[in-house]
Amino acid sequence: MSEAPYVEEYSVQAGDFTSIGEASTKFRATLKMLGIPSEIVRRAAVVAYEAEMNALIHAGGGTLSMTVASDHLEIRAADSGPGIPDITLAMQEGYSTASDEIRELGFGAGMGLPNIERNSDSMKIDTEIGAGTVLTATIRFSAAENQKSGEGRQAAEQ
Amino acid sequence: MKLRDLVQHIRADVLYGEELLDSIDIEYAYGADLMSDVLAFARPGSLLLTGLTNIQIIRTAQMLDIPAVVFVRGKKPQEAAVKLASQIKMPVLLCQMSMFETCGILFAKGVLPCHIPDRGV
Repeated sequence: MSEAPYVEEYSVQAGDFTSIGEASTKFRATLKMLGIPSEIVRRAAVVAYEAEMNALIHAGGGTLSMTVASDHLEIRAADSGPGIPDITLAMQEGYSTASDEIRELGFGAGMGLPNIERNSDSMKIDTEIGAGTVLTATIRFSAAENQKSGEGRQAAEQ
Repeated sequence: MKLRDLVQHIRADVLYGEELLDSIDIEYAYGADLMSDVLAFARPGSLLLTGLTNIQIIRTAQMLDIPAVVFVRGKKPQEAAVKLASQIKMPVLLCQMSMFETCGILFAKGVLPCHIPDRGV
């Protein structure tokens, strides 16, 4: 690629949970503006939204960034929270350590990481107890790679 | 189904978006009070029915290109939620009926469900 990748980054802060999703909304607007296909935009928005939610819920905030290259985009959520003691457990649908406040908002159902994985072509979690977590999710643009875009959705169309 | 016809079927009040009802077609719908489930399973472009009232409902809907939200059980969305919905031109509908009854009426009228993939459980 001759052009430099496009990078956008936001700091997400804990406190008022009503602000959750603002950074992801801005990513979504950027991707639409860049003319990225709507299915990719939707997947990226879901990944960013769940990652933003996780950083706020579990780590009190962090940094959410998006890099858009010619053939893929990457969403990265970095925090200085407590870390994830057991990633396998955290990846299980239904497992969550979220507070009642978060559950009352309709989240904390233990679907966040599985949702991120489902909507990404690859997902990586680097975590250290007491130091923080960095989640990196990649979505590729090529048609062949986009088959993962929710097998369920494709089945629904049949 | 035009959103205007859907509003009549479920006898909904239009809190925002009256002028948008004729321009939106609804084919699929998803009902849930768990927004993570909505993010996982709602088909893009489908109608969302929920009993939660906070601003995150509208944000979640926005992420999935959901064109309108129905608040069931007589629940009224919070002011911030309605404000955001109006900013992004997403009709806000209020229905007095339960989730089950509202979904039942729409299903009977031909609105389709979102497919839930086999989760191997």
